[in-house]
Amino acid sequence: MSIRTFSVWRGDRNGGRFVEYPVEVEEGMVVLDAIHQIQRTQAQDLACRWNCKAAKCGSCGAEVNGRPRLMCKTRLDALPAGEMVRIQPLKTFPVIRDLVTDVSWNYQINKKIPPFAPRPGASWVMRQQDVNRVQEFRKCIECFLCQNVCHVLREHERKSEFYGPRFFVRIASLQMHPLDSLDRRPLLKNEAGLGLCNITKCCTEVCPEDIHITDNAIIPLKERVVDRYYDPVQILLRKIRGAKVKNAPGE
Amino acid sequence: MRAAIECSALGAKTALICKSLLGKAHTVMAEGGVAAALAHVDAQDSWRTHFQDTLFGGKYLNNWRMAELHAREAPERVRELERWGAVFDRTPDGKILQRAFGGHTYRRLAHVGDRTGLELIRTLQDKGVHQGIDVFMECTITKLLQDDERVCGAFGYWRETGRFVVYRAKAVVLATGGIGKCYKITSNSWESTGDGHALGYEAGAELVDMEFVQFHPTGMVWPPGVMGLLVTEAVRGEGGILRNNQGERFMEKYDPKRMELSTRDVVARAIYTEVKEGRGSPHGGCFLDISHRKAPYVRQKLPSMYHQFKELADVDITKEPMEVGPTGHYIMGGIKVDADTGASGVPGLYAAGECTGGVNGANRLGGNSLSDLLVFGRRAGAGAAEYASRAAPPRIDPTQVENAAGEMLGFFERPGAEDPYKLHVDLQNTMQNLAGIFREEKDLTVAMARLEDLQQRAAHVGVVEGQRMYNPGWHLCRDLHNMLICSQAIVRAALLRKESRGAHSRLDFPKYDAYWGEHNIVIKKEPGGMKVQARPVVKVAELIPLVEEKKAKETK
Repeated sequence: MSIRTFSVWRGDRNGGRFVEYPVEVEEGMVVLDAIHQIQRTQAQDLACRWNCKAAKCGSCGAEVNGRPRLMCKTRLDALPAGEMVRIQPLKTFPVIRDLVTDVSWNYQINKKIPPFAPRPGASWVMRQQDVNRVQEFRKCIECFLCQNVCHVLREHERKSEFYGPRFFVRIASLQMHPLDSLDRRPLLKNEAGLGLCNITKCCTEVCPEDIHITDNAIIPLKERVVDRYYDPVQILLRKIRGAKVKNAPGE
Repeated sequence: MRAAIECSALGAKTALICKSLLGKAHTVMAEGGVAAALAHVDAQDSWRTHFQDTLFGGKYLNNWRMAELHAREAPERVRELERWGAVFDRTPDGKILQRAFGGHTYRRLAHVGDRTGLELIRTLQDKGVHQGIDVFMECTITKLLQDDERVCGAFGYWRETGRFVVYRAKAVVLATGGIGKCYKITSNSWESTGDGHALGYEAGAELVDMEFVQFHPTGMVWPPGVMGLLVTEAVRGEGGILRNNQGERFMEKYDPKRMELSTRDVVARAIYTEVKEGRGSPHGGCFLDISHRKAPYVRQKLPSMYHQFKELADVDITKEPMEVGPTGHYIMGGIKVDADTGASGVPGLYAAGECTGGVNGANRLGGNSLSDLLVFGRRAGAGAAEYASRAAPPRIDPTQVENAAGEMLGFFERPGAEDPYKLHVDLQNTMQNLAGIFREEKDLTVAMARLEDLQQRAAHVGVVEGQRMYNPGWHLCRDLHNMLICSQAIVRAALLRKESRGAHSRLDFPKYDAYWGEHNIVIKKEPGGMKVQARPVVKVAELIPLVEEKKAKETK
């Protein structure tokens, strides 16, 4: 057993500072274990969220040595040995206290997305290969690490005009559901601000569920928006037929 | 959440109060699936077989009516989830796929890889939010408010600010999950402190079957930080084999018929016995091996297990065995409710899910908890809405509110207070060592004395550091109160049941007892303290032939 020093951000809305805590380290320990040990032995009021401790609930996200991670999944032996471990709250969301941030904005956004609307008279027969993609998106545990790292939200703070990667994944899971009947492309183009994403893939990189957010959700959604609004052939056809836009094939 | 959806669908103004953020509850850890006799994979399956399996698993102590409703209605609840957007794994002909699980005669568990609970929670969350339910997150209820006997609201605090809140309500549905945090080795999260059990008990509701605590046979045993973390039964459902350090497939000794897919109580005891007799793995468990299945198949059907072991234990489960051992997982016991409506004995108080008792009897089958919360969540929601529609407006008694606030503030006014974290560790050790998988009179008696001592100490716990804002030390002070009530209920009931049945194993009474095979243990708060008594099992006359048929089959 050895001792490692943890530098943990302590504070609230009005500011804070890093406080150093020595922690007894055991084999195979994760960062959340260290936080719990600090709570138990040195700082009983150290605030942090956690639930399952198994990377399934997405509650314990924080920035460990500058990188957004789930604390329950970050092993100490994967961090540079002998160095101090620095833990701070997710930067993109307003801090409440210590490692806890106010993520309520995400819940407000989710409420704006029209829910699943099955086609009337659907048979409910779906092939596995047709639901694989949707199932990938539904693995999301809502840890909001992707939201935290997305520069549109993090650096440019455009929360009022951009839903962020989590909710593009959510919309993709609905839009690509074989039995869904709604067209969410106008939403994507307008309120959700899909165009602001310039596919730097930071979200994909931090996803603890390994969802290919950019390649499998965002880019195909961008293509669908383009098909709907900017395809010259479609525009021409619409002019000739004078018809309103219908759902693209396969939707 | 299922209760809230039903309540609001029936036109009642509904609030959903969560101890954590919405969608983070312990249901995310339910991995293997939801049991429902859809008969998509095995056409012979029916609600009758599911009912029989549930009763056999529960050693016939289940509330028969609950087990019947559960088995009958589960398929419709699963189909309903699909219509609300859940995407289950599919059969080759495009229907909901079902997998084998311990104690289920047929392949019965609808699933999504090994993350079925998350699918269920997310589906209900989105359904509820878009249906207009008011959601109050990170709010802990500490007291049910009563007008005479009738429940008319609840008192709690916001985690974020530490401020207090009072809800006025014509009816309250408790759906608070389990008591896992009473034990040291558990798969449960910080939330599982038996809040609903304790709230109901203190309001005058009866608790039933509290002696039956399920130890899931397979939790991780290494590294130390993840000890107790769940390894889904789906590993065994997909063909995983249990071995001891001699390489023996030891389940042959304990249940040659069902082997690894025996009921959880049997498998947990088998592993415990192997370890105790010196045939355990290096870190005090046994080996669970799925590496004989093809690697891509394992990664597709058990993705989160693959990652969990790879990342937390440096084990590649497609190549090497896992080390596993029993972990505190679920309590079969809880608030005694009416099967059809979820009503407790207290007017205006309803309950559903793990915080109730009855459907599972002495031991729960894997997959029956997700179906339980769907079936009885819906029923409790409907029951509460119906009651609310004819109930008089609630009247809040300001004295009760003052007392509840005084209790919470009292934790700040104890200089030199008892440390809540230390007390919690002592409680967990007591329950783990003296009221765990195997029990006996002398251990339980010691446990009872220790719990009384802990109760004394709990009167002196207090906040050592910090203020009311998001202060986990303060929250734990109050959670201890609930855990102590549940622990006492468990130990008292365990002392009284002088036999071994299901999840309750007495070393001093290793056999079934005819009297106890016909009786549940019911616990109620009386002026003199906790009253424990035996009461006959709730049977249904029309179902006797089904039960007798199963008994005959199993004794062959």
